[in-house]
Amino acid sequence: MQLIELKNVYKRYNNGVTALCDVNLSISKGEFVFVIGDSGSGKSTLIKLLYRQEKPTRGDVFVGGINMSKLRNGRVYKLRRKLGIVFQDYKLLPKMTVYENVAFALEIYGLRRDEIRRRTLKAIEQVGLKDKLRSYPSELSGGEQQRVSIARAIVNNPKVLICDEPTGNLDPKTSMEVMEVIDRINKELGTTIIMATHDEKIVNRMKKRVVQIEKGIVTRDVLKGKYKDEGI
Amino acid sequence: MKAFRILRSSLSESFKGVFRNFSLSLASIFCIAITLVLVGFSIILSYNVNNFTREIEQDMTIVVFLNRKISDEDVKTVGNKIRGLENIKEVKFESKNDVKKSMQEDSEIFNSILEQYNDETNPLQDSYLVKVVDINTIGKTADEIEKIENVDIVKYGEGSVEELVKIFDLVKKIMYGTVVALVLVTIFLIANTIKITIQSRSREIEIRRLVGASNAFIRQPFFFEGIILGFLGSIVPIIGCCFGYRYLYDRLGGQIFTAIIKLVHPSDITFILVLGLLAIGVIVGAFGSYRAVRKYLKI
Repeated sequence: MQLIELKNVYKRYNNGVTALCDVNLSISKGEFVFVIGDSGSGKSTLIKLLYRQEKPTRGDVFVGGINMSKLRNGRVYKLRRKLGIVFQDYKLLPKMTVYENVAFALEIYGLRRDEIRRRTLKAIEQVGLKDKLRSYPSELSGGEQQRVSIARAIVNNPKVLICDEPTGNLDPKTSMEVMEVIDRINKELGTTIIMATHDEKIVNRMKKRVVQIEKGIVTRDVLKGKYKDEGI
Repeated sequence: MKAFRILRSSLSESFKGVFRNFSLSLASIFCIAITLVLVGFSIILSYNVNNFTREIEQDMTIVVFLNRKISDEDVKTVGNKIRGLENIKEVKFESKNDVKKSMQEDSEIFNSILEQYNDETNPLQDSYLVKVVDINTIGKTADEIEKIENVDIVKYGEGSVEELVKIFDLVKKIMYGTVVALVLVTIFLIANTIKITIQSRSREIEIRRLVGASNAFIRQPFFFEGIILGFLGSIVPIIGCCFGYRYLYDRLGGQIFTAIIKLVHPSDITFILVLGLLAIGVIVGAFGSYRAVRKYLKI
């Protein structure tokens, strides 16, 4: 079985909106996948299904062999420990320093303090923020904050890094810096990356697998794709 | 070892939580303190009423006068029959000569009158002094005693006693009701304040969920934080109530208006006050926060 598999997935919200319609998708280990689409196309819903923020209405979603439909609320943490999640709004805790924000994700495992320290520092080094350890999020630029949240996402060595519009709030230059960090994680650590975005430039430049969603239906799934089909 | 480390980290997390959200923590502590002062108040009051009622009840006695021409043998039989009844706590015999002696000692007038009689001509009656277990059914017990052979008159301050007992019973019930109501109000208020505290930290809970913390792990620090808040909130009421009551007791000389209404000695009530207030504060704080987190564990 692939690392991530969606089989005939439907998602209909309680308000009657059908966000996803018969989606089939499989992603294998080490891949880098862009999920693109306009606002309201259903790409965010797709991403949310992967970390069990939402449950599919019909069909099966498997992540790392776990069936999302059968995952009870109290057991969700077992899935999330295999994932790293990066959000558009960073989701950092404002009253904690960079170091604390990253170490926070490790404390739940009950590791020894020096082990936490070692791994936290390693993750912060990987995103290039070693000189900002004691800074608070409010003292950092948007790009730096996003890199902190990436460090937090990879500190537990996840198999999959899920990014929900990570560059949505950043200017083009900073966006590229963040993308370089994510690309490096994919190449050096072999982490599978799934990233929802509507940033045309980034998609065109990275030349990765592209899954396009329109009105809840997967309309395109190409390797080394661009944001728009060439020739149209 | 792993569990211990998790416990330690959530303990330190909960201490940090108290200080990071200091203003809200302070609000919770104040809220707990104010309500606990009221609870402490009503504990003191109900304890005193209870004590007072008990003392009155202990003093209440049924006096059983026996027939004048009764043999020593029959006196014993009556005594045994009374002891055989239900609801009897204590039976004490007082011979007419004992009564005569104590009356003579009590006053000069009685002394001069009773002087004229010797043991044979003593006009008084032998009697039994009976104390009952349940004061509420004293009337029924008295009726049963009256039916025993050789019993002349039974007296227990009918009417006035029953009235008094009824009133105290009512006062006691009201006091208990007040204590329970106050405790419930405290639970509600504390749970609500902690809910507000936690609302402002819903983001923190959400992020914990997202990085893979189990529900139990997320709850732990809030649970301990509730205990800390409850503990801190109960300190002022405990000190206030204990010393306040001691001061009041000394000022009033241990009684209200007359020597009949005696106050409970402060040292008797300190233990229950400290333990009661601390327990209410801590338990309510812990469960208030435990419950309040639940709402946010669905992300």
